[in-house]
Amino acid sequence: MKARHKRAAFIIAGLIALAIAAMLVLNAFRSNLVFFYTPTQVVKGEAPQNTSFRIGGLVEQGSLRRTKNSLDIHFAVTDTINRVEVIYSGILPDLFKEDKGVVAQGKLDNNGLFHADQVLAKHDENYMPPEAAEALKQAAEINQKTSKSLVMPEAKP
Amino acid sequence: MIPELGQFSLILALLLVMLQVGFSFIGATHNNQLWMSVGTSATRGQFIFTGMAFVCLAYAFYANDFSVLYVASNSNSALPLEYRLAAVWGGHEGSILLWTTTLSLWTIAVTLFSRHLPAVFRARLIGTMGLISIGFLMFCLFTSNPFDRLIPAALDGRDLNPLLQDPGMVFHPPVLYMGYVGFSVAFGFAIAALLGGELTQQWARWTRTWTTAAWIFLTVGIAFGSEWAYYELGWGGWWFWDAVENASFMPWLVGTALIHSLAVTEKRGAFKLWTVLLAIVAFSLSLLGTFLVRSGVLTSVHAFATDPERGLFILIFLGLVIGGALILFALRAPQVGLGGRFGMVSRESFLLSNNVIMIAATGAVMLGTLYPLFLDALGMGKISVGPPYFDAVFVPVMTPAIFLMGLAIFSKWKNDDLPTLAKRLKWAFAVSAATALLLPLVLGKWTPLISLGVLMALWIFTTAFVSLRQRLQQRQQGWLPALFGLPRAYLGMIVAHLGVAVFITGVTMVKGYEVEQDLRMSPGESAQIGGYVFRFEGVSDAVGPNYIAAKGLFKVTRNDKLVAMLVPEKRTYMVQNMPMTEAAIQTGFFRDLYVSLGEPIGDDAWAVRIYIKPFVQWIWGGCLLMAAGGLLAILDPRYRRRKKDEQIAP
Repeated sequence: MKARHKRAAFIIAGLIALAIAAMLVLNAFRSNLVFFYTPTQVVKGEAPQNTSFRIGGLVEQGSLRRTKNSLDIHFAVTDTINRVEVIYSGILPDLFKEDKGVVAQGKLDNNGLFHADQVLAKHDENYMPPEAAEALKQAAEINQKTSKSLVMPEAKP
Repeated sequence: MIPELGQFSLILALLLVMLQVGFSFIGATHNNQLWMSVGTSATRGQFIFTGMAFVCLAYAFYANDFSVLYVASNSNSALPLEYRLAAVWGGHEGSILLWTTTLSLWTIAVTLFSRHLPAVFRARLIGTMGLISIGFLMFCLFTSNPFDRLIPAALDGRDLNPLLQDPGMVFHPPVLYMGYVGFSVAFGFAIAALLGGELTQQWARWTRTWTTAAWIFLTVGIAFGSEWAYYELGWGGWWFWDAVENASFMPWLVGTALIHSLAVTEKRGAFKLWTVLLAIVAFSLSLLGTFLVRSGVLTSVHAFATDPERGLFILIFLGLVIGGALILFALRAPQVGLGGRFGMVSRESFLLSNNVIMIAATGAVMLGTLYPLFLDALGMGKISVGPPYFDAVFVPVMTPAIFLMGLAIFSKWKNDDLPTLAKRLKWAFAVSAATALLLPLVLGKWTPLISLGVLMALWIFTTAFVSLRQRLQQRQQGWLPALFGLPRAYLGMIVAHLGVAVFITGVTMVKGYEVEQDLRMSPGESAQIGGYVFRFEGVSDAVGPNYIAAKGLFKVTRNDKLVAMLVPEKRTYMVQNMPMTEAAIQTGFFRDLYVSLGEPIGDDAWAVRIYIKPFVQWIWGGCLLMAAGGLLAILDPRYRRRKKDEQIAP
């Protein structure tokens, strides 16, 4: 009888430990998810304020500016329809270039300026970050819809 | 001509491996010696032809044969020879061929070093490994043939990705693959045992050596990769919780659990089913890793393929292997039996708890790695799970495991009691706890995490020390002869555990005390960081075999004494017109000095990144110690008493 109690206690302790571990894991998981938004979604105001998220697209041609005597960098991320101004302080990845794909992670301020604390570019010439590719794809779909509605204004999608 | 020879060799290898599988399994079913030995011979043939295909591909790279599509995509005539050869596994097709070749290497090793196994068991083992070979050879031939011709031939190749042009490329992939693929042997052992419906302690002893060997390779391979990322990616991190890293880390965690569970099965005959399940899971995770890295679902430094057909092929193969193995497990598990009993406080129960924790940790890593992929596949939006999640989860989950590690070294098999353990270990704990509280104060910065890290490292050190002293006292010799007289398996265990302690020390010190600064510096300017003065002397131009570079010169002094001249480079590789950062690092036992060049930002000024990384080398040193411990354990003479085995074996 005593041995059985012991074993039951052992199993229950194990289950409790597992439950706590699962709770820890899921809690950490929920609070560390980073969502992705396209520039169009950001401009429409769908992106959250005060929470870190990722944006992706192309570095807009001619938008890259440096501030004198600091490492601050301004650039704009575009999905060819809308653009989001980004500010970043630090060293850019090797393959960061204008008109090339980029993903930035950070927070949006009240003026619509995106403060990036991480900038990711691609790993080689032929490769586009998946988030950036996604943003361009969505933009292309929107473009298609609007051009269709211009041709046939009455038609419902 | 040579590429066709390679292609032909691959086809022959596929045919031979089919014979290997057929003859081995049929021979095993009818206990027919002749058939089984034909299976073994087919294995040798398979090895020779797979190896030949590999050599043919290497020759195509050596000879700059740009009429082979794969060579043209991954090499260039200006590429130095060592990287041309490493470029064999620089792309998707070649790395699958490397996988296949590694598998045939392990299979041939099994045929050579397992003559002491019962013939039927051995045939089933070889047959199972052959089934995996079939999958990979077909994958290679039908979806990712490295010998496809490019007609007309390219004038020159597109070059190897400059990130990969590094000595790390020569060692990291083959060693890592040796580890990944090595778990196929443990998998084969598990399947053969299930097919035979019998699982003895003898079985655990055979499996242990092979599993530990694979684990050593995996440990070293991951450490190489981590060190490579540290100096090559130019931002000084050593682990990014990148999905591809996780893909190699999950089999490592399960493999570690498997090694410990095998120890219990061998010594006590317990945990039998659990061990078999772990062997299946460890290899399944290796396959999952291959799928994640090679199918194009992940995009990172490691991913090349974005061909959905390939992903589908691996996914189906993965389903067949894992599904088949688990069905077999479900059918045969009752026959294998449960094994010995043990008390609530005993070495078995501690090891079991450790196993459960390892699996929980694997689950947590898997959640963070796969969940974003699932969401994306279901079209529910793109998310990412960053390092903060893994950091937040991993430390609390692993802490009890580290604590149990110290207890498990001491506790007795079968039954022990807590008061005795507590009495024996009170000093070890008191010393560790006191030092953990005070040391960070001495070092000038105290946080709970630093204290916890120091506590865990010291706990392992002190318990290992107490255990070693106790063993030596029992021997009543001088301590040095006594030390060499200890069983190598025990010494290996101690060394590997000390490796964990060294690793934890490294991680704790780097996370707690590293100094990182991004600066704007002009020639002649100095920056004072962590007691060192970094003076930027300027930048000069340099030319390499296939790149041009800007070379920075930094003079590092401490108290006006010269410590190091650091020369970081910013290279531009000509063929792909791709810039690359080459950090300059002065490594040391207690700290690394790390300088890398960002980009020129006008008026001769450069963006510069300067790090001081205390104890960072201990991270990889710890991994190498773990591997060395594994090696010591394999060399234990206990595993070489083959003659006796043969007499006992059924």
